[in-house]
Amino acid sequence: MNGELRKTLGARLTESGAQWLDAAAERIAADADAIRPLFPAAGRHCGRAQLDPEAGEHGWTVDDAVRAFLLTRLPLTGPALAKEVDDLYRYGDAAEKRGVLRALHLLDLGDEALPLVHDALRTNDTRLIGAALGPYGAAHLDPHAYRHGLLKCVFTGVPLAEVAGLRERRDAELARMFRAFARERVAAGRPVPADVWLVTDPEED
Amino acid sequence: MRIFDPHIHMTSRSTDDYEAMYAAGVRALVEPAFWLGQPRTSVGSFTDYFDGLVGWEPFRAGQFGIRHHCTIALNPKEANDPRCRAVLDVLPRYLAKDGVVAVGEIGYDAMTPDEDSAFAAQLRLAIEHDLPALVHTPHRDKAMGTRRSLEMVTESGILPGRVVIDHLNEVTVGPVHDSGCWMGFSIYPDTKMDEERMVRVLAEYGTDRMLVNSAADWGRSDPLKTAKTATAMLAGGFTEDDVDKVLWRNPVAFYGQSGRLDLGDLDPAEPAATYAGNSVLRGER
Repeated sequence: MNGELRKTLGARLTESGAQWLDAAAERIAADADAIRPLFPAAGRHCGRAQLDPEAGEHGWTVDDAVRAFLLTRLPLTGPALAKEVDDLYRYGDAAEKRGVLRALHLLDLGDEALPLVHDALRTNDTRLIGAALGPYGAAHLDPHAYRHGLLKCVFTGVPLAEVAGLRERRDAELARMFRAFARERVAAGRPVPADVWLVTDPEED
Repeated sequence: MRIFDPHIHMTSRSTDDYEAMYAAGVRALVEPAFWLGQPRTSVGSFTDYFDGLVGWEPFRAGQFGIRHHCTIALNPKEANDPRCRAVLDVLPRYLAKDGVVAVGEIGYDAMTPDEDSAFAAQLRLAIEHDLPALVHTPHRDKAMGTRRSLEMVTESGILPGRVVIDHLNEVTVGPVHDSGCWMGFSIYPDTKMDEERMVRVLAEYGTDRMLVNSAADWGRSDPLKTAKTATAMLAGGFTEDDVDKVLWRNPVAFYGQSGRLDLGDLDPAEPAATYAGNSVLRGER
């Protein structure tokens, strides 16, 4: 996966961006603390455009992928890795927090990073809400939290196509919640986001 | 007319203000870290505040088509509180952020020894992080505070062209003009400076190194004072180009020294109506 990430990035980086990234990755592999000043600088050196220009605005950005790659280079395991990831999120700006959330499934964290996912789902920043429901969130959130995360997505306009695990995890309770949401929207004379029908049948009551 | 407000505390303002600012031509702003009216009692409440300045507030501004950057510092007033001094230790983490374009507000409040040391330490941080510095001048004993601020700048070794001395008036502008530092003016409804006085200062000292801000916050203040000063400048005989220089090109030049000012993709006409899902515009929470 890491090699794949670096390869994908290769096509999207300038020569100087690629040099910065490889030097940064090398420094982090040699000394974990080196990531602290490098992590915030990723966008300045490597850019912030969409990684896949065809993908929507909630897809990965170049700086997301750069930060994810840097995280995979950390020479840490177990509690030390969890602590560093937690600190990078805690002291991260919105882009850094998103970068951490994107990378969680690439790191050997068990469920140690679940509090970060919950933190992101409590925000009102749609970029963070979407990133929190990536593969890690889909694998580790309990059913109640996962359903509420999805409901928050349709509520705030994060496309469900950007969310992981929907096909495997949708259930009767989620369908009930979405139908109730649709009824409230109809009652208010407001449009119902089409994504609601990915989960529930429009003909059902 | 495009406007860059180089000093405004949006955390304390409403979405109505963002809409009115956009309609008046404001497309970019800098929000300096300062105090909140209520004294803080721990480092944690500072870091939560800083997180908002690099997280939620730029997101909120983006909903209204306005680009938000900030400055980060331990402010002079709270530099006197031993419970808050340890903020100095967490500053390097924040000074590395994309949206942080200067160290500030630093400077003097009551000119105490604790303020001296926090001011000097943060000018060193500005040099280390290759950032400009935003220096607040005190409400009380302003002329002395301005003079001592200039001495501190000289002692620190930071280049004067990378420093703005803010909240100036007719009495304090002269020595700052001579120092080579940038000159900041906060246009307020009834204190500090007003639009007409500002126009007279510009007529006397010229438009180089001049920054005009609203410094709007939780007190009686007006986020449209930048636009109103522009109108007063035109009425006072300045050209459209002079207005563009003072209210756009000057702040871009000053904060651009950080290398982190990101004004790309700014559409001068339309707000980012669909930016990141509209979560504030629609008010769906």
